[in-house]
Amino acid sequence: MLAPVNHILPLTTIERERVLPVSGNVIAKLNQNVSSTDLIAEATWSREHLLIDVARALGISANAADRLIRVKVKEKVSEGTEIAVGKGMGSRTIRAPREGRVVAVGAGQVLIETGDASIQLRAGIPGTIVHIIPNRGARIRTVGSLIQGTWGNGRIETGLLFNLAEGPADVLTASRLDVSLRGAIILAGLIRDAETLRTAAELPVRGLILSSISPGLLPTAQQMRFPILAIDGFGQIPMNSAAYKLLTTNAKRDVTINAEAFNRYTGARPEIIIPLPVSQEPPLPTDVSTLETGQTVRLRRAPHTGEIGTLVKLHPGLSSLPSGLRAPAGDVKLENGEQILVPLVNLEIVG
Amino acid sequence: MPVSLLEDSSLLAVNVGASSTRAVLFDVVEGQYRFIASGQAPSTAEAPYKDVTLGVYQAIENLQRITGKTLLDQNSQLIAPVQNDGTGVDAFAATLSAGPTLRAVVVGLLSEVSLQSAQRLAETAYLQVIETFGLNDTRKPDEQIDAVLRARPDVIILTGGTDGGASRSVQKIIESIGLACYLMPEEKRPAILFAGNRSLADSVKGSLGKLTPSLHFSPNVRPSLDTEDLGPASRELAQVLSDVRKRQMPGVDQLAAWTGGRILPTAYAEGRIIRLLSQMNGANRGILGVDIGTTAAVVAAGFNGKLTLGVYPQFGLGENLPGLLGYAELEDIMRWLPLDIAPSVVRDYLYQRSLYPGTIPATKEDHAIGHAITRQVLYLALREARRSFPSEARLVKKDLMPLFEPILAGGGALSDAPTPGQSLLLLLDALQPVGITSIIIDQNNLLPLLGAAAESNQLLPVQVLESGAFLSLGTIVSVISSASYGQPVLRARLTYEDGTEARAEVKFGGLEILPLAMGQTARLSLQPLQRSDVGNGSGRNAAVQVAGGVMGVVIDARGRPLTLPDDAVRRRELLKKWLWSVGG
Repeated sequence: MLAPVNHILPLTTIERERVLPVSGNVIAKLNQNVSSTDLIAEATWSREHLLIDVARALGISANAADRLIRVKVKEKVSEGTEIAVGKGMGSRTIRAPREGRVVAVGAGQVLIETGDASIQLRAGIPGTIVHIIPNRGARIRTVGSLIQGTWGNGRIETGLLFNLAEGPADVLTASRLDVSLRGAIILAGLIRDAETLRTAAELPVRGLILSSISPGLLPTAQQMRFPILAIDGFGQIPMNSAAYKLLTTNAKRDVTINAEAFNRYTGARPEIIIPLPVSQEPPLPTDVSTLETGQTVRLRRAPHTGEIGTLVKLHPGLSSLPSGLRAPAGDVKLENGEQILVPLVNLEIVG
Repeated sequence: MPVSLLEDSSLLAVNVGASSTRAVLFDVVEGQYRFIASGQAPSTAEAPYKDVTLGVYQAIENLQRITGKTLLDQNSQLIAPVQNDGTGVDAFAATLSAGPTLRAVVVGLLSEVSLQSAQRLAETAYLQVIETFGLNDTRKPDEQIDAVLRARPDVIILTGGTDGGASRSVQKIIESIGLACYLMPEEKRPAILFAGNRSLADSVKGSLGKLTPSLHFSPNVRPSLDTEDLGPASRELAQVLSDVRKRQMPGVDQLAAWTGGRILPTAYAEGRIIRLLSQMNGANRGILGVDIGTTAAVVAAGFNGKLTLGVYPQFGLGENLPGLLGYAELEDIMRWLPLDIAPSVVRDYLYQRSLYPGTIPATKEDHAIGHAITRQVLYLALREARRSFPSEARLVKKDLMPLFEPILAGGGALSDAPTPGQSLLLLLDALQPVGITSIIIDQNNLLPLLGAAAESNQLLPVQVLESGAFLSLGTIVSVISSASYGQPVLRARLTYEDGTEARAEVKFGGLEILPLAMGQTARLSLQPLQRSDVGNGSGRNAAVQVAGGVMGVVIDARGRPLTLPDDAVRRRELLKKWLWSVGG
């Protein structure tokens, strides 16, 4: 049976697309080496539009108005620029009410986009530009550790990883956050209150890596300007041992948290990338594999949500589960030695 | 290779859901169409697979293993028609519910007329209405343009104006819609369905034809002020959705090619079969179909051949689950739990399940939470759907469900219940039917596939429905009473075909079962006590011929509406007692 792969890898080649949400200008060049904060593309985006109905304002037909309009598509206009001037004695002049750019002219009307906002897209991960996506962004390749999570607040940042989690189920409280952690990315376990998040913002920290996050904290976490990433999901789930081991062994290294929102259709996932120097690039990881005995797996549902184990047996046909359901299942040996029956759809391969 | 449906031939039908893909084989056995077998596999619409055909191939391969019949060639292409060596099928049909909820903008004129119809039309598909425009909209045209851009619609439904009626106001809104589409990148432009004043069709084609990848027309949803006709527009909207999915989800175009271009949204196909059954059922009672899936909750009610279809993505059991707390309090879900589980666990469950909708419960606790949520979403979906039921729907009492016969229920959460009793109790709690009705479980989720098959072959669904491919739970008698808990409210006598009898005196608050096996019939005589009502009127006796099922004849004397004790301990004890009553 096919199963998704959750990447928790000490060393792999990572390729990620970084794209603008709207069409823009790509600054990065092919084969360019970039740091995570380097600008790779930018765009301007108009938040508002103004529709000037020249025909109506001048009390003439649309065709007649079209002949009087003095601006063209793509033309920039300032406040007060003449858009159209009526004919005859005492005729009216129609002016642009605000600065902007003409995007459409016709049917006696002029549409202007205004209120430009600029979007600057940074590389997010250090690496090499391996592909330019015209007008949108680039694909970046790097080599290092990769740890995927389940929830992120949409921010991205790079910084030094500092381990405050004494165990996978450790609870981070505000009292443990002091000024020495300013600018660090903190590996924590669980957070039980919004005060801890606010204290982290006041320092400020550059990021928080959590095992799981309580749904009640999501509105506050969404507002934080630094990335927050939950590895194993929602509630009070301890961090899976594979991610915990890999992160703790990389403490004091520069890490990038891309706390991108999980999107089941595009495959976008929040993740942590730890660039590492290598002499030869390891292969790209696979995203899908077939379940086989001997594989390291992660449990996606109760009981033992998030725990890591080894798939030791695949049962033929359907198996009866304690819930009363019957489904294809396998035996998983957990790290504490306990062996449990798990429906195969509740497993993902770690690798 | 498009394959047309021919009568008296085999049919392979595939349903691609958000969690599971099912491949089902129908064939002619002894001159009648029969359900042969189904194969199932996890769906592959989502990452990392991102190709629906992977799941389809797996499901068909599983079906091949079960039936021993070869349906795919070595290149994974469908073999059609049936070859001399017996491989292949004659026809193929497909339905699709996988994919993200589509964002919609709806446009009408009067809020109580065309705009309301447009919204009801949107409710027949997997759409979330993000923005509406009508005559009463006080926004300036440029503000409307920005509102459309912010809405990022996948679909725009344009209605407004009776046929031959007002056109200027509609045209003004269409201009704004056109300008908004013009400003969008080409690959992000929405599909558009025009279902308004038909005299505007040419003008709409001229203004919007080049600004959308997919422009569709249907007859007016509001041909006159007092007439609403959603049927043809709903059919066209189904085509719009398929077009959007073809562009959005890899593999859908290939699946559509196998069907000859007519892949149907699952909910639409389910609605079609309910309408067909309703036409066969006659005018006396409605027929109800409910389906709870990962993508949406679907309620299809047929009254005298007319369909009321409600598709509620907000009540789906997948990625939209956390949003359920916007429609219900946590306590509303907790009240259905027979186990003592902390509210925080249920809340966490809603979020965690949204990450992995395809997973299944492995423990009793996990299963109990899942069923509590299913009860609540089904309850909410039905409450929502009832607002659109026609006024001629027969009611026993205001604010209660209309009379339905039968009730058909499907979807993973219902068809995968560990015992028939659990399925029955879930449906009784959530739907709270009235009068005497039978409940049938669509355990193989065949209904939408039969709806898809009915597109070209009306005989197949009728014969399969009569063939016993569904699981009849039995006949349900629901008692409406104002008696106190424990007071007798009904005497029932079931006279079997061999003349023997089973009798029961049913007390208020209880569930009673009189055995009647599947395939058997018996005469049921009911004598309500305490002015109770079994659908015939207060205190009026009833005597009817009833059909058996795996649960027999079930008398639900828990009252309508069902009221649960406020005390949590007492409530859990009662829920457990009811569960035991139906066999645990």
